Amino acid sequence: MNALRAAFRRGFDRFERVFDPLFGPDWNPLGNLGQLGWYLFWIVTLTGVYLFIFFDTGVTDAYASLQWISGDLWWHAGLTRSLHRYASDLLIVVMLIHILREWVYDRYRGHRWFSWVTGVPILWFVYMSGITGYWLVWDKLAQYVATTTTEFLDALPFFAEPIARNFLTPEMLSSRFFTLMVFLHIAIPLLMLLMMWIHLQRITQAQTRPPRGLSILTLVALVVVSYVYPAQSQAPADLATVPAVIGLDWIILGLYPLLNILPAGVIWTSVLAITILMFGIPWLPPRKENPAAVVDLDNCNGCTRCVADCPYTAITMVARTDDAPFRREALVDPDRCVSCGICMGACPSSMPFRSDENLITGIDLPHRSLNDLRTEVNAIGALPKDGSGGRVLTFACEHGSGNQPAEGRISVACIGQIPPSMLDYVLSRDIADGIALAGCSERDCQHRLGVEITKARIARERDPYLRKRVPRERLLTVWAGPSERGKLPGRIAEFSDKLKAMGPFEKKSKKGHKLPLPTTDAPGETVKPNQEVGE
Amino acid sequence: MKSRIHHLILGGLVTMALTAVVAYYASSPQWRDMPEDTALLRLSFTHSGDRSATCRDRTAEELAKLPPNMRAKQICDRRRPPIYVELAVDGKTIYTVEQPPSGLAGSGPSRIYERLLLPIGNHSVTVRMRDNPATDGFDFVETRQIDLKAEQSFVIDFRTASGFTFH
Repeated sequence: MNALRAAFRRGFDRFERVFDPLFGPDWNPLGNLGQLGWYLFWIVTLTGVYLFIFFDTGVTDAYASLQWISGDLWWHAGLTRSLHRYASDLLIVVMLIHILREWVYDRYRGHRWFSWVTGVPILWFVYMSGITGYWLVWDKLAQYVATTTTEFLDALPFFAEPIARNFLTPEMLSSRFFTLMVFLHIAIPLLMLLMMWIHLQRITQAQTRPPRGLSILTLVALVVVSYVYPAQSQAPADLATVPAVIGLDWIILGLYPLLNILPAGVIWTSVLAITILMFGIPWLPPRKENPAAVVDLDNCNGCTRCVADCPYTAITMVARTDDAPFRREALVDPDRCVSCGICMGACPSSMPFRSDENLITGIDLPHRSLNDLRTEVNAIGALPKDGSGGRVLTFACEHGSGNQPAEGRISVACIGQIPPSMLDYVLSRDIADGIALAGCSERDCQHRLGVEITKARIARERDPYLRKRVPRERLLTVWAGPSERGKLPGRIAEFSDKLKAMGPFEKKSKKGHKLPLPTTDAPGETVKPNQEVGE
Repeated sequence: MKSRIHHLILGGLVTMALTAVVAYYASSPQWRDMPEDTALLRLSFTHSGDRSATCRDRTAEELAKLPPNMRAKQICDRRRPPIYVELAVDGKTIYTVEQPPSGLAGSGPSRIYERLLLPIGNHSVTVRMRDNPATDGFDFVETRQIDLKAEQSFVIDFRTASGFTFH
């Protein structure tokens, strides 16, 4: 299964890259599917509210009011109707790709099960909202949807009288049924909104708005297509005839033909099985998680940076439990921690310059600690120096293009795990002449915020800042997915050539005077735990 | 800035193309739900089986044990019997069912909802129902000549008071 997923992942990554030059990585729609889903939901909601001003419920009134909307009022209410329909269809497309993508990128198992499981009801709510919406038009398609849906529901042994009997003859149809449908068409999206809110509860800094440029492009595309190819009603419903040929909405109602082809029992069993499977997928099989981050109170001053950077709400601040002169301490919820290590990169105690032989920081990953990283960095530094001035040490995220072992490459759970002081350490100790940070692709970080946080730290926009004395030109950032593995060595070689041209790195003092390079890898300056980082 | 204009143009074209594809599939291609030159006949009704065969008179002792307001003379099984239905078209029986009562206790009516596709043209349709297992033959029978048009929806319903009705 993992090999299959890895193959899918490379394929998905390759496919997504096609859109990078067209939209830019930050506007790439495939990297903003969740946000686009929210955006389309709000378009559907607002257009629905506007349409309700002009819409009438009733056996004949519903159809007539929609003809009026698409006829006389085509330029505003008609446009709104088309936007309502096409945004709903687009929402389903976005949602289905979002589901597939989260599976492919393995972001549904382990401690990330919550977002997956709470997304399953949303899937059904979206379809139910679409089905009840089509019902309200009361054209041939609505008639087909009404009879097929009620016949399907009647297969359940819950109803004393078959609901489909409401649609046997024109005399049997009541306008009250439309009132019920309007109620359902409003109530279901409200329930869906509640589920969408719950869906985001275990992630921090949840983005519910796509980048402005992508929002504009999506809205403009919807408006243009709505004017060029407006949504129209089909012939009015007539219960004395059967809607034999229907212009079907294949995106929302694509499985409807099956309802009249297969026995209802088969369909209900399939629906139940798919639902159970969807709920159970995070445990089929369960992912063996790495141990959760641990807090070391002797090195924690309650600064809250780890809380601010944790992408999964796994860290909270609680009252201090020791005698240290700080008000609060960090507390990790092991059931939510995915061991990405971003908290470690955020901790001000994560200073590799400290002279402690066993380096312990305020919050650390047991399986990939700061001490382990420093040991690996020092081991690379212990290799013979070639004197060319082009030595590159690479910190590579295990989900990005650097996910394979290579010489001079140190693998990390997430690029955000690297504290900025580690970069300073590598250059100051003359372990390398330059550093490459190879993270996930810019459009999408496996741990949501790793790329963004790392960029902000390097740009000195987010604590902990990268010190000014670390020259930016000696840092290479490579944001690329697993399908771009082959490109990384070339980028690093190119960077190495640039470093050679620059000459060896000369550490400068605070006043700008050049300092002699250390000749050994022995720890030099000592930084006390909890000392402020940055300048 | 230049690259953003580039993204707005190219990204805009791609978004528009994708939205146009979605809009196309929002109503096309057309789906034919039933073959040409056919009509739909639906036989649908709810009817409770006659449980009188299971009823008996209460004895005087049984009546005396009951509160005065509950002294019904007869006692019947709560569960209703199934109904038996047949539908014949042009003399050929094409549908038969023994439909049990609905409800967990079997005290609800039997529900019938059946879709049958028929070729267009003239047909002789006969529908029969037996709702009391104690009787022989059928309690309700109705025959009608019908002329079905293409895509017509023809319905056979039932009311206890009026028997089978054809719409």
